[in-house]
Amino acid sequence: MKLAVMVNEGPYTHQASDTAYNFIVAALAAGHEIFRVFFYHDGVNNGTRLSTPPQDDRHIVNRWSELSKAHDLDLVVCVAAAQRRGIVDPDEAKRNGKDSDNIAPGFRISGLGQLIEAGIQADRLLVFGD
Amino acid sequence: MLHTVNKSPFESASLKVCLGLAKPGSDILLIEDGIYGALAGTIHTAMLAEATSAISVYALGPDLKARGLPEDRLIPGIKVVGYDGFVELACANDKVQSWL
Repeated sequence: MKLAVMVNEGPYTHQASDTAYNFIVAALAAGHEIFRVFFYHDGVNNGTRLSTPPQDDRHIVNRWSELSKAHDLDLVVCVAAAQRRGIVDPDEAKRNGKDSDNIAPGFRISGLGQLIEAGIQADRLLVFGD
Repeated sequence: MLHTVNKSPFESASLKVCLGLAKPGSDILLIEDGIYGALAGTIHTAMLAEATSAISVYALGPDLKARGLPEDRLIPGIKVVGYDGFVELACANDKVQSWL
């Protein structure tokens, strides 16, 4: 089955990033396809490669990047939510005159149309948030 | 329809609202702090215990464990599932509604 996931909460806030991750891992293990993971609102903070949690804690951002690499996951960050919170890819950094970017590997910045498309294309859309 | 509730009934009305709107035959999965709603012997036990005749209620096992709650503290009839069971419930129902 084709599943889409939306994450609306930042990492290390409550539990949404962890629940979404564990759900996706279980879905992939069961042979399902993850059409897209869409990060919205504070969820965009899952996509900063500058995150440095303590070494004995899970690295939520790297965990997404690694899962994306292993399963070719489409991790999409909402552009408007990202701009508000300082999540920037090289193109956005240039466009807005920023001195740096911080998007983590495997993530890409795009618009809400990607969420709508995921809702249409996937058999189920699951929302994780606060 | 699968309803997921991730808030404790002690902090939010989401479980109560969900139970008020969920149709007979639907599934409810309690996740994260939502699993506190599955506990027997609390002031919130009655509303869920009443619903279990028409609605199948599940609790996410890893979230029970993370909070140190053994399964024998749950309302009888509530089934404990893992993330694999979460995926199965999401696929078995035509829609998933997250009560956030």
